[in-house]
Amino acid sequence: MFDKYMIVGEAFRNVQEGGRITGYQFGVRLPYYRGVVLSLVGDMDLTVDGEKVPPEDMTVTVGGKTLPVTQLEDEPEAKWEFGEVGIVTVKKPGGLAPGEHTLELRQHMKISYVPGGFWGKDKKTLRLAG
Amino acid sequence: MNTNHSIKRSVSLYSFQEEYFLRKLTLEDLIAVTQRLDIPGVEIIPDQMIPGYPNLTDEFLRQWHGWMEKYERTPVCMDMFLDWNKFKGRVMTEDERVESIARDIVNARKLGCGVIRVIHDVEPHILERLAPTAEKHEVTLALEIHAPSYYDSPHEQRLVAMFQRVQSPYLGFTLDLGVFVKRLPRVITERFLRDGMKKEIVEYLATAYESRTMPQSKELGRPNTALMEKVIEMGGSEEDARKAMVGAHMIYADPKMMLDYLPYTYHIHAKFYEMLPDYTEYSIPYEEVVPLLIQGGYSGYLSSEYEGNRWIQDAFEVDSVEQVRRHQVMLKRLLGEE
Repeated sequence: MFDKYMIVGEAFRNVQEGGRITGYQFGVRLPYYRGVVLSLVGDMDLTVDGEKVPPEDMTVTVGGKTLPVTQLEDEPEAKWEFGEVGIVTVKKPGGLAPGEHTLELRQHMKISYVPGGFWGKDKKTLRLAG
Repeated sequence: MNTNHSIKRSVSLYSFQEEYFLRKLTLEDLIAVTQRLDIPGVEIIPDQMIPGYPNLTDEFLRQWHGWMEKYERTPVCMDMFLDWNKFKGRVMTEDERVESIARDIVNARKLGCGVIRVIHDVEPHILERLAPTAEKHEVTLALEIHAPSYYDSPHEQRLVAMFQRVQSPYLGFTLDLGVFVKRLPRVITERFLRDGMKKEIVEYLATAYESRTMPQSKELGRPNTALMEKVIEMGGSEEDARKAMVGAHMIYADPKMMLDYLPYTYHIHAKFYEMLPDYTEYSIPYEEVVPLLIQGGYSGYLSSEYEGNRWIQDAFEVDSVEQVRRHQVMLKRLLGEE
């Protein structure tokens, strides 16, 4: 539905903590036509430059709240609003090298009236400033 | 033309999802648009455009009713969902389902909506339990009939039996006019081509659909393996086969059957995919359908529901406002308002 808008490049950058680069982040919008509670946000299969990112290394910040991606299923109240850009942060010491990177995201949506839910997918090549 | 009717016009703000999603238009902008397009009624999916739903703050409610007054519009229908799978490892109990919908009823009343579009998969006995709450708040629960289901599908027939037994004026149907897709929307077949589906397969889908020879699914949520096999046999990919299923989910049901069930129908989603410059819809024969609604004495709202954006956004700038404008011009003509 909104697949082509899922990966939001404007927010793509390395993350610094305590003077060290600890990872990188980018923006994500859900591919569905309404806001949902976080427990309905299913698997986020992320591949960066052809390499699959372990879900344990990912957190998502949405509505002022940061959660490990693996714990979204425990949150039946807080919402990811329609069209809201969430920030996905990936733990990776040293971050990504400046230059182009290809991000591919397959996002499962656990929508109850669709048997098995549905998947949205987006692939974008983004430039990381040096 | 028979203009002796009391059918009213509204628009579901769902129609403008592309512009709202991309933050090009705000909720207030959309209500202003409904005024500019002379559409009296407003329908809303609160999960889509009211952040924090089901919590409705007093501040939001003041704003909402303020906009209705400022732009002289009427709230008509609120579309609810039942996320029965939102708790980890279990499905909602029957009591939780009832409680969730009861909250929607109270919220609809707060928003000034007299009708709730109930999501398709709610069970008849859940609705029956909610009848007293619906009556108390004077909000009609109108379960949506959506392609490939129609009035004569099993779930709908169970509902009809319950409606006849309970006899509550607050229980009934919303009908989505997507049940009357006479030919596959052009926006869909053209998208298939842009996505690389073989021309012969696209032509097969369009022709087989129009001649009613395409293997169809008969009930929402049932897989249609026959069509998938056919597409693969023609040299299509599995991705093509999945896409083709969209066509199999569309139906052209018998519009005359509506006449028997309009007394149970309280709201209508006037679905459309592509309004042409001559103010006709490419795939749904409104010229056949609207006169039957008049003949059958339907007296609720016809609510424009544009759903073409997702098929064209890959290649074109979506202009939902123009699409809704054309749709409303057509409705006015068919309702004899001009």
